[in-house]
Amino acid sequence: MDKPFAITLNPGSSLANHTGSWRTSRPVYIDRLPPCNNACPAGENIQGWLFHAESGNYEKAWRSLVVNNPLPATMGRVCYHPCEGACNRGLMDATVGINSVERFLGDEAIKHGWKFDAPATKSGKRVLVVGSGPAGLAAAYHLACLGHHVVIREAAAIAGGMMRFGIPKYRLPRDVLEAEIARIVDLGVELHLNSRVDKLPEALKEGFDAVFLGVGAHIAKRAYIPAGDASKIMDAVSVLHDMEGEPDAMPLLGRRVVVYGGGNTAIDVARTAKRLGAEESIIVYRRTREKMPAHDFEVEEALQEGVMMKWLSTIKESGEDGLMVEKMALDENGFPQPTGEYETIAADSLVLALGQDVDLSLLENVPGLAIEGGNVKVDSTMMTGHPGIFAGGDMAGNDRTVTVAIGHGKKAARAIDAWLKGVAFVPPPKAEIATFERLNTWYYSDAPKTLRPVLDIIRRQSTFEEVLGGLDENNALFEARRCLSCGNCFECDNCYGVCPDNAVIKLGPGKRFEFNYDYCKGCGMCATECPCGAIKIVAEEI
Amino acid sequence: MSLQPVKFYQTGTFTVGNRLLAPEERSVQANMQRTNSLNSGHRACQGCGEALGARYAIDAAMNASNRQLIAANATGCLEVFSTPYPETSWQIPWIHSLFGNTAAVATGIAAAIKIKKQKGQGGDVRVVAQGGDGGTTDIGFGCLSGMFERNDDVLYICYDNGGYMNTGVQRSSATPPAARTATTMPLGPEPGNQFGQGKFLPAIAMAHEIPYVATATVADLRDLEYKVTHAMSIRGARYIHILVPCPLGWGTASHDTIRMARLAKETGIFPVFEAEYGVVKSALAIRRPLPVEEYLRPQKRYAHLFGKSPAVETIARIQALADKNIRKYGLQARKGA
Amino acid sequence: MLKQCEGSHAVAEAVALCRPEVICAYPISPQTHIVEGLGEMCKSGELADCEFINVESEFAAMSVAIGSSAAGARTYTATASQGLLYMVEAVYNASGLGLPIVMTVANRAIGAPINIWNDHSDSLSQRDCGWIQLFAETNQEALDLHIQAFKLAEELSLPIMVCMDGFILTHAYERVDMPTQEQVDAFLPPYEPRQVLDPAEPVSIGAMVGPEAFMEVRYLAHAKQMQALERIPQMAEEFQKVFGRKIGGLTHTYCGEDAETMVVAMGSVLGTIKDVVDEMRSAGHKVGVLGITSFRPFPLDAVREALKGCKRFVILEKSLAVGIGGIVATNVRLAVTGLGLQGYTVVAGLGGRAITKKSLHALFIRAGRGELGPLTFLDLDWEVINRQLERERLTRRSGPAAESMLRDLGTVASKIA
Repeated sequence: MDKPFAITLNPGSSLANHTGSWRTSRPVYIDRLPPCNNACPAGENIQGWLFHAESGNYEKAWRSLVVNNPLPATMGRVCYHPCEGACNRGLMDATVGINSVERFLGDEAIKHGWKFDAPATKSGKRVLVVGSGPAGLAAAYHLACLGHHVVIREAAAIAGGMMRFGIPKYRLPRDVLEAEIARIVDLGVELHLNSRVDKLPEALKEGFDAVFLGVGAHIAKRAYIPAGDASKIMDAVSVLHDMEGEPDAMPLLGRRVVVYGGGNTAIDVARTAKRLGAEESIIVYRRTREKMPAHDFEVEEALQEGVMMKWLSTIKESGEDGLMVEKMALDENGFPQPTGEYETIAADSLVLALGQDVDLSLLENVPGLAIEGGNVKVDSTMMTGHPGIFAGGDMAGNDRTVTVAIGHGKKAARAIDAWLKGVAFVPPPKAEIATFERLNTWYYSDAPKTLRPVLDIIRRQSTFEEVLGGLDENNALFEARRCLSCGNCFECDNCYGVCPDNAVIKLGPGKRFEFNYDYCKGCGMCATECPCGAIKIVAEEI
Repeated sequence: MSLQPVKFYQTGTFTVGNRLLAPEERSVQANMQRTNSLNSGHRACQGCGEALGARYAIDAAMNASNRQLIAANATGCLEVFSTPYPETSWQIPWIHSLFGNTAAVATGIAAAIKIKKQKGQGGDVRVVAQGGDGGTTDIGFGCLSGMFERNDDVLYICYDNGGYMNTGVQRSSATPPAARTATTMPLGPEPGNQFGQGKFLPAIAMAHEIPYVATATVADLRDLEYKVTHAMSIRGARYIHILVPCPLGWGTASHDTIRMARLAKETGIFPVFEAEYGVVKSALAIRRPLPVEEYLRPQKRYAHLFGKSPAVETIARIQALADKNIRKYGLQARKGA
Repeated sequence: MLKQCEGSHAVAEAVALCRPEVICAYPISPQTHIVEGLGEMCKSGELADCEFINVESEFAAMSVAIGSSAAGARTYTATASQGLLYMVEAVYNASGLGLPIVMTVANRAIGAPINIWNDHSDSLSQRDCGWIQLFAETNQEALDLHIQAFKLAEELSLPIMVCMDGFILTHAYERVDMPTQEQVDAFLPPYEPRQVLDPAEPVSIGAMVGPEAFMEVRYLAHAKQMQALERIPQMAEEFQKVFGRKIGGLTHTYCGEDAETMVVAMGSVLGTIKDVVDEMRSAGHKVGVLGITSFRPFPLDAVREALKGCKRFVILEKSLAVGIGGIVATNVRLAVTGLGLQGYTVVAGLGGRAITKKSLHALFIRAGRGELGPLTFLDLDWEVINRQLERERLTRRSGPAAESMLRDLGTVASKIA
């Protein structure tokens, strides 16, 4: 076309005009730390694996998940999910059911027989792991993935530690646990059962380059309760442990069972008693429900199943007629004080669930190793006072949950790896947290939380079938898609779309975006309209 | 209805893109190969709602017409910032003639296309005309009404930012009541623009009983794209009125352009609906109802309503206008909307 | 083919022979019959492949024409008087964008006072709008000029007004030689636009041009008109080859060779002038005529050439540049700068005032005797004017001048009470 001068112009020729020079501030893409990830004791990248679950790529989601935690099917059942407590979605409608999706992914992995990838190279180093509880298994898994040869020594005849001996099967079916342990063993981890380490120095003589201790806390705490001959007093650890034995060795608790304590273990025992046929299962606790350390949802489930609660009560004596209980009252500081009022409650047995102590006997004669408050003292890398000996799980902290133990195992494994290489372990820096204020929640669809099906109440009072069912695929997908992806780009294309200057370059699926600073005028619309707070505006440098 | 109740896709269709949607359900703007009909390098202000609205609309029209599209453009910001010699931002055949004749120019183009097609010398090329509210509701109204009345095969898109922003923010017949402009200063007993009957062009367009009239905002891309796409599937005169906030004229932060459009819709100040042959067919319900103060307060053009002694009565009158829209167009928030 | 028909009809038929693709119409006298005729031909199918659009104003008419021409369609419209003024913004725009629209202006006076009769005020108000302006003397010339106009406009990518006197030509029945379709097709190739709105080759037409290039754009518009100055005479020759008639060109002279007094004019009045000249020649007066066909571009050289041999010239024009005098005169005087000729400007025929042979005869005699002032208003009723001037001097609220003067003339009823 022989175009007239000046009045007629070639298409799109304004590219010659670099409007980026107008800018006084510029947008940059960042990854903020989602509050769920921040809250996870196992250090899971929850937003990261939910991203894959959202698109229905469950194997990729699972593989992303097990980078940090090798026991998703287990964790999806027994974790107290602090992630959900931190979830930003809770401020909109209800938190994302992260735990349910994790369980779904774990179950999918078992169903499909997904295996861990074998390490690319072997280091030639040998690491001893003492104990096959969550901490030991996690440490073994991560160490094996890092190419080290791992030998687990387990005192019991069966692996799993407190996951087996502390958590009733109605919360964690044993086939699930076993499948997940088997998968770790399949990585080439040597698992020696009935192989108690009595003296650590001796065990080390077998030629190990490093040690991880994860023996747990198995010794039940006792309280002095004067008792007559006929009184049947047991401890919770033993009761739950015996549940794992032969059917004819089941604990005999009688028709009326009293459990003394207010933690999750007390709840577990009370609910177990119900399932064993007790007509009455009563929890006696010296403070109120609000002060109870047990998780509220577990208390709620126990109440639904007919477990009774006796708040503000201490057991003074166990006799022929039953238990003498003193009523308590909270003082102005919230501490229970005796009132001098007594009553007697009938009981065929009393189970004490007052906490556990660590069996530290194996640590005798280990130089440098320090004990503090009944736990092994470790530094920030989980190493004990003795170089090369690391510890984690219940024996190394007061926050005794499976999740914390798994986190310890991971952290220790990474530190051991660094130690074996002769370098210092430096944890990656934490990004700033993607708080609710960082989000533009307008863009998220309204969607209430999907509740997991709860086992019919009659069945769960009498059987050990799993109480909480899993999500089916539709529900799991729905739940995953409730994730706000806080602080992390989920490729919603908003920045790409809302830029009036077409200054955002879309790089394609999975590749996110780039700013074209030749044209970006710095209006900031991309950051304001980013749903998840993954764009930050920074001042332009002169 | 433009908003389909889809399966829950995290953000549904609120965001520009959604990797979880089936490809055919994705927006034009999310496409890596979108036309960018209005290219980078244009000289619109930072955060310009009109530049955004124009790309949204014209890209959608390009998509709907298989890229067989010609645009006529009225004088105004959009024209000035997009085509100063020696560069143009338009990637489509585009013509600017005058301020007040855009609808007629488009009619001429449509006529030429019709004849060329009839003679077998041209394909099925579609025509859009576009202009600001001044070029549409004031100076271009005669030609627009003529185009409507003849039912010419033109889609006219008005980018309404409520004033003559190109000439320095003067009042147009689309300037809302009480708003400050350079010719309606916040002085005297009735500061800002007068309250009156208003000149709501979509309603006037509907009175012509043309096949399609719709309103949209830059805050709801999917709705906007749906309406442009739907309009392009129809022959005859069609009118789409898009609210495009102007950071300069409204006195809002450049990053708040979409937010302001959203607030206009959510407060009921700007009804978003569509009509066929003069009859309203659907309206976008308010999702999170808000009082008009939420919309007015961030805008410096309404600053005189707040300050030390808020103009409670004036705000109430504006609220009444919003309430009237809500009743008239049935914008009440619906559950699950 | 010879036929007896109305001027408007002849033009409509000629336009139809040019195979226009878009015609937009808005009624205004005295051009209405032309678009009525074309509308009928489109509706009946006689004129095929043409979109006839009834618009809502002249502004829209020219705007529609801009759109269709830019989209590659051969485009035609017609207007007059107030209509031309109403579309002025678009008129300038069409030429600025270089769109080869052909428009008939059925010349008519401009109000107030409103007046539907012929003069040249409308076209001449647009002398600087960038369009080519061709003035027809006869209906034959009017129809032939339209055919040439399409060819010239499209070649140069410039719009053209073909100006013909309202009523005097548009409504006059005359014999015309109507060309055949074959002839027109042989002369006028299909429209090949210089620039076009086409998705296959997108461009932006109508950019904002600042001080850095605006002067150049304007100069190029001028240069195009200078090209037209060369092409118009060639076009007339090409036309003659196909149609056998010499029509068009920049100017025409009549009895100019030995003329001492040359009368310069445009449009249909040239016929009356020639009759008067014939009579005066018989009586031994050396009078000649210069008719200007192309007012824009203005043929300075041709006019100078035509006038250089005379002693004096009279410019008789149907227009008035209020406050100075003639419009055509100003242009003609520029052409003869330095020749030392005596020039007389005569404003005549405004608002349809009849220009009689008798008045012209007397006028030319006086011119020959050197009795004319530099500016003459032909056949002005000084009695009426003086009365009105006196009225205005005496009374502040003297009322509307036009109505007062008509009352003096007794053509409207006297004031009640």
